[in-house]
Amino acid sequence: MAAVFFYLFATIMIASACVVIFARNPVHSVLFLILAFCNGAGLFLLAGAEFLAMLLIVVYVGAVAVLFLFVVMMLDVDFAELKQGFAKYVPVGAAVGVVVLAELAMVTVGWQPSEASKSLLETPIAANVSNTAALGQVLYTKYVIFFQTSALVLLTAMIGAIVLTLHHKPNVKRQNIEEQNARNAKNVVELKKVPFRTGV
Amino acid sequence: MTIGLTHYLVVAAVLFSIGVAGIILNRKNIIVILMSVELILLSVNINFVAFSQALGDLVGQVFALFVLTVAAAEAAIGLAILVAFYRNRGTIAVEDINSLKG
Repeated sequence: MAAVFFYLFATIMIASACVVIFARNPVHSVLFLILAFCNGAGLFLLAGAEFLAMLLIVVYVGAVAVLFLFVVMMLDVDFAELKQGFAKYVPVGAAVGVVVLAELAMVTVGWQPSEASKSLLETPIAANVSNTAALGQVLYTKYVIFFQTSALVLLTAMIGAIVLTLHHKPNVKRQNIEEQNARNAKNVVELKKVPFRTGV
Repeated sequence: MTIGLTHYLVVAAVLFSIGVAGIILNRKNIIVILMSVELILLSVNINFVAFSQALGDLVGQVFALFVLTVAAAEAAIGLAILVAFYRNRGTIAVEDINSLKG
């Protein structure tokens, strides 16, 4: 049964990855990227990494893919023009893809972990805890430095993205709270002595 | 037929090759290039998880988590640069991005 689902997920994932790179419309690319990620999450589930599977759905489908969708739809770009030289690059692209695949196939086939490598395990998977609990137990103890560093990476990315995209339009009136708070009657109210019966 | 490590490695290798080919095929469209990079990172994550399961070691899944973090940060920064570039130049064609050539 697991084999059936493995082949189902793997086939759909690879097919939708092909659609991602061949689609004419980038919106279709993004939607098939979402499909590829969902099937990747299914593969993670089959491999017993439940937490990562849910994380893939939440982070990729929920955040990254929607970000792509926003950018593709917000930028008013002539995508037909960007697609122009596509046929020219097909031979080179296919050649590089086949070469990379062949190289990877050489190292992929015939992996067999030796018995001696069992003693080298950094953090063996505990038998009686769920995947999420097991990850939490090592993530907050053994790998806490890396965990905090990845948080710093995310913070940097957030600040960088805001700094890059925020831009102030000139000629827009904005509220300046410090200036408002600094106002007092002595500075802003001017008392004039108006002579009687002459007007200002 | 049981699904072993090799099956996952083959799927990840195919996905990686598709990602690399996608970068070359869509030389002009930087959005699709970024999507291809995401595909490559997904295939790397599949490798990590497959090895984690095959060896019975949790460290592969921990590292896949960090790869996921970096991939999310990379996508956010890349798209932010893209939006800023589009605002300044009115195009996102990769061939026009040569102002840093000096």
